[in-house]
Amino acid sequence: MLDLQGYGPSIFSGAIVTIQLAILSVMIAFILGLLGAVAKQSDNRAARTIATLYTTIIRGVPDLVLMMLIFFGGQIAFNTFTEWLYYASDEKIDIFININEFVAGVVTIGFIFGAYMTETFRGAFLAVDHGQIEAGKAYGMTKFQVFKRIMFPQMMRHALPGIGNNWQVLLKTTALVSVIGLADMVRLATEAAKSTGEPFLFFIPVAGVYLALTAITEWGFAVLKKRYSAGTVEA
Amino acid sequence: MDALLALIDANKIFNLTTLGHYWEGLLMTVQLVFMSLLIGLVISVPLAIMRTSKNRLINYPVWLFTYVFRGTPLLIQLYMIYYGVTLITGIQESIFWVIFERAYYPCLIAFVLNTAAYTTEIFRGAIEATPKGEIEAAKAYGMNWFKRTTRIVLPSAFRRAIPAYSNEVIFMLHASAIASTVTIIDLTGAARDIYARYYAPFESFLFVAAIYLCITFTIIFIFKKLENRLLAHLQPR
Repeated sequence: MLDLQGYGPSIFSGAIVTIQLAILSVMIAFILGLLGAVAKQSDNRAARTIATLYTTIIRGVPDLVLMMLIFFGGQIAFNTFTEWLYYASDEKIDIFININEFVAGVVTIGFIFGAYMTETFRGAFLAVDHGQIEAGKAYGMTKFQVFKRIMFPQMMRHALPGIGNNWQVLLKTTALVSVIGLADMVRLATEAAKSTGEPFLFFIPVAGVYLALTAITEWGFAVLKKRYSAGTVEA
Repeated sequence: MDALLALIDANKIFNLTTLGHYWEGLLMTVQLVFMSLLIGLVISVPLAIMRTSKNRLINYPVWLFTYVFRGTPLLIQLYMIYYGVTLITGIQESIFWVIFERAYYPCLIAFVLNTAAYTTEIFRGAIEATPKGEIEAAKAYGMNWFKRTTRIVLPSAFRRAIPAYSNEVIFMLHASAIASTVTIIDLTGAARDIYARYYAPFESFLFVAAIYLCITFTIIFIFKKLENRLLAHLQPR
């Protein structure tokens, strides 16, 4: 284990925070992406409009601005809500929740990348042959069964490259949470660099961790690709 | 006009001072993004040609550059240049301090290197997609490598690269928000100042988000026009 003038263990714990943040937020993004893609194709006009607004606005605004809006604004919105609840319930319900940086980071990054995932999944759903869905319906499957047994497994093959790209970008976006105060790898390295006056000693290993994470997940996606490409012939 | 002025008078946050602050931020963002894209574009063309070389000694260093700069967060790259250069002993006495005194140039260098790495890979893809027949035809005409590259390969590669490059432009616009973390007052920096002064996160950040959205749509519109013009021969009829 690298000692890094005694900062080694602290930066290592920061790396764990970065990984946890990335994994939890990609899960939220995955679910939001699926919901968004289904909403974009639904017959319900309201659902389509909401999904389109969601992807357009989120993808048009910088991550950092959204992160600050949700982090700084989220607490105020939440406090206003709990205050209203307090008076509305005749001063019976009195809750105060401090939104911590980790939760804010996970929710924000998940919410942002949900929009990108929506576009990825939408394209992948369109790539599934329509006859397959009709065949599923002809077998008497419910809408959910068609989704779970036919659409999802085939859609994933087309979605994987896009998911892989989104994941790589998401991993790098997690560095931004250091700006709103979460003690991730980047923030701890910055503090260490400022107090020791040796920035390269700390930033180069941190950059190395990002590169390593990218390389490992690239390999992971190659394995997944093999799995979801079962039954198709490589062109 | 009077209605607009009345609206400005009516609220506490958007007065002429803060709007002026936003305006300066907008100028900084546009300048920073435009300059880094322009310089990055100029650097990336020779790099992309080197990247497609079959000689490993030429190809490999460029691959390493793009791999490292695309594989690490821009924030780290910015911090490394901003803190790294300013903390080198003796730089504050040297002539280079004129350049690195303000955060602007370290930030511009980080952005240029980052966008150059992405653009190089975009151009590499476009160059490699050149139909083999075109190059064979050029060879049959007796063109040497230089003429082939400047007359045949690059012009068509630039056209093919436009859709991917428009994404890179928008990515750069959004990435420029992190300039505010190294004391630069860009759009995001202005929003942070105004948030801090009035403790009004919704007004300050939603307003700036709307401006970014407008710039994004403008860029998309311009590139759509450009694509319609330059890629007309590829469109379905």
